[in-house]
Amino acid sequence: MPTPQLATFTLGGVHPPGHKDLSCTVPIEALPLPELLTIPLLQHFGAPADPVVAAKQVVAEGDLLGAAPKGLGAPVHAPVAGTVKRVTTVPHPVLGKVRGVLLEPDPAAAPRAYAPLDWESRTPQELLARIREAGVVGMGGAGFPTHVKLSPPPDLTVDTLLINGVECESYVTADHRVMLERSADLVAGVRMLLRVLGLERKGRAVIGIENNKPDAIEAVGRAIAADPAVARDGLDMSVLPLAVKYPQGSEKQLIEAATGRRVPAGALPAHVGCVVQNVGTAVAVYEACGLGRNLTHRVVTLTGRGVARPANLLCPVGTPLSVLVEHVGGLSDAAVKVVQGGPMMGFALADLSYTVTKQSNGFLFLTREETDLSDFGPCIRCGRCLAACPMGLMPNEISIYMERERFEGTDRFGLWDCFECGSCAFVCPAKRPLVQFIRVAKLKLRQKG
Amino acid sequence: MSDPRFHVSVSPHLRDTATIGSIMWTVSAALAPQLVLAAWIFGPRVLLLAAVSVGSCVLCEAAMQRGLGKKVTVRDGSAVLTGLLLAYVLPPGVPLTLPFWGGVFAMCIAKHLFGGLGANFFNPALIARAFLAVGFPVAMTTAWIAPFAWHGAADAVSTATPLYLLKHYGAAAMFQQYGAHAEALRHFFLGIRPGCVGETSTLLLLLGGLVLIWRRIITWHIPAAMLGTAALLAWVFGGETLFTGDPLLHLVTGGMFLGAFFMATDYVTSPSQPRAKLLYGVGAGALTMLIRFKGGYPEGVCYAILLMNCLNPVIENAFRPKRFAAPLPKPEPKPAAKPEAKPAPDASQKDGEGRK
Repeated sequence: MPTPQLATFTLGGVHPPGHKDLSCTVPIEALPLPELLTIPLLQHFGAPADPVVAAKQVVAEGDLLGAAPKGLGAPVHAPVAGTVKRVTTVPHPVLGKVRGVLLEPDPAAAPRAYAPLDWESRTPQELLARIREAGVVGMGGAGFPTHVKLSPPPDLTVDTLLINGVECESYVTADHRVMLERSADLVAGVRMLLRVLGLERKGRAVIGIENNKPDAIEAVGRAIAADPAVARDGLDMSVLPLAVKYPQGSEKQLIEAATGRRVPAGALPAHVGCVVQNVGTAVAVYEACGLGRNLTHRVVTLTGRGVARPANLLCPVGTPLSVLVEHVGGLSDAAVKVVQGGPMMGFALADLSYTVTKQSNGFLFLTREETDLSDFGPCIRCGRCLAACPMGLMPNEISIYMERERFEGTDRFGLWDCFECGSCAFVCPAKRPLVQFIRVAKLKLRQKG
Repeated sequence: MSDPRFHVSVSPHLRDTATIGSIMWTVSAALAPQLVLAAWIFGPRVLLLAAVSVGSCVLCEAAMQRGLGKKVTVRDGSAVLTGLLLAYVLPPGVPLTLPFWGGVFAMCIAKHLFGGLGANFFNPALIARAFLAVGFPVAMTTAWIAPFAWHGAADAVSTATPLYLLKHYGAAAMFQQYGAHAEALRHFFLGIRPGCVGETSTLLLLLGGLVLIWRRIITWHIPAAMLGTAALLAWVFGGETLFTGDPLLHLVTGGMFLGAFFMATDYVTSPSQPRAKLLYGVGAGALTMLIRFKGGYPEGVCYAILLMNCLNPVIENAFRPKRFAAPLPKPEPKPAAKPEAKPAPDASQKDGEGRK
């Protein structure tokens, strides 16, 4: 039987080694309660939450720790019952330091029981308000507040809800495990999202999954068939297997792969009738609306050859990295790099003092064999970065400009369209840090105003 | 407090296995069979020629990098490849001082005075050949060796290349020397003919070029466009009358395959966009045939590619990758319908004034 051509995006793209077999078969495991949680009040795109607790205050599971700021942001809640030790500054992988809450969990407190709620009688507005209150943010890595993405400008018509189960980054398997183990909750979350967007009758939901996860494609397909409400309400919900290519999990690339539409530069997915949500976010929406549970836990993949026992851990936000490492049996001496997120777009961490946030889908512990630490050479104009760039940009020219400290003019090579997927630097035979050059160029141009 | 065990750098943290070194050494390996063939038909002296050329390039690169206070990178194979290519474009009988001076010129002047790897304007091996052709014109045009002459006679037998005969004495004279049409073409294809060290065997160079395409080091665009254009022009203009030329003859003689697969595809001096590559290849093929038919030299590959090197920045600049999507159109100004009627006469007036 000829295999049908699987959908994917058209421009550029690369095939980094997957390394997902290290952890993709390891079931999600709940982490034992840590002794201390370090909870940053910035776990999302936007402004930090404003602390509403003080030292020595006793909080219950799910209580508000930080209220949503004015403007773009999301609230932060207590993952477990316990006592606030301090409101202080805590390390943040991107911003250095942010405000945070040190929470001492109470081991005697019983976990809160969540009863299913009658969400089907709620209006879209009520569900949207619940999603905002629960602090749900995009769990694919960017952490964009979900209620904002679910409120597209009223003059734009949305007809497609895309659920991102691509997980195109190497190593990371958190979404994969969630799709396998929580497929029914995922389908329920997608139904809620369809209601919020007003797409139950005249829209569709497409769950895009790369075909290196055939078990997830099957599990989610079965869950859709098994949910009686899907047929009852006549929902158009389907799984779309996609050809494996990085960076398919990027919003614009996924939209093109699934619908053939291209989001204009600087525009929103809603401009082409789409809203995209990650599978983990859909499950968080289910927990928020279906159980009344605030977003305080997430699944984190701990993997790489530098860690003794790769694992997918369900842990409270604020869990220090050192606790996770200890739980999986410590680090090997060969680990030379710690990365939060995937290997293509993740942040290298300087030490283990960082903590799990709503955004952290994985922590990688890479050995010297897995990550290239070599020095970079001059651009030899081989053009590989041009062929790899999914946005049709010229990273080679930007890097040559930046080496000569000429950041004016770099925007004509497409600087502002770059979302820093790293495909160019991945293929560069001279090992040039192209993403770094691009980031510095953006910074310099912004400073200039 | 950062942990000294952990390296911190900007993403991505995964890198492809291809390096500058792996590319340069693969190209050198793809070229190697032709050198073995040349040693067999022209004699072992071509190995000495290649050794001097490579040695000169490597030493000069190291000296220049040290002298300019840069990191010495001769292990990346780039100088070795230039040395090899330089030996390939020399007649096999030239004195050993030629590859030496050629290497000095290629590395010191053409490459490192222009900024080193990635910054050179011209293909270093070809510009060194042009330099030698000017500095040592007699040796560069007469030091040919007839195939297998070294097996019998003690001295190299001077001979003429097929293209030289073709240009100055016509096709009939050439076939008289090299045998009947089919037999001559077969010998040219296999590489049993006089010529530069590395240009003789169409077969081996084609195989080497296909290896480079298979290993994704080069793409098909430049070789296909260059060879296709040359064949087309040879067919149209190569005969007694129009459209009676022999396209194959012009492909298997001279340095067409060496040029198309190994010289014109040099990353630094050729474009990187597919459409730009096609134009570049067409230009190189057309200029080669122009020189062969109308120029003063029997062979034109070297100068054709050097001329295209000059045009490379222009071509590269003219072709930009296609962007993923254009920005949204700017919202139209509110009174859109009314002013549209008026500006038309204004515009024509301005236009008219401009013409005056």
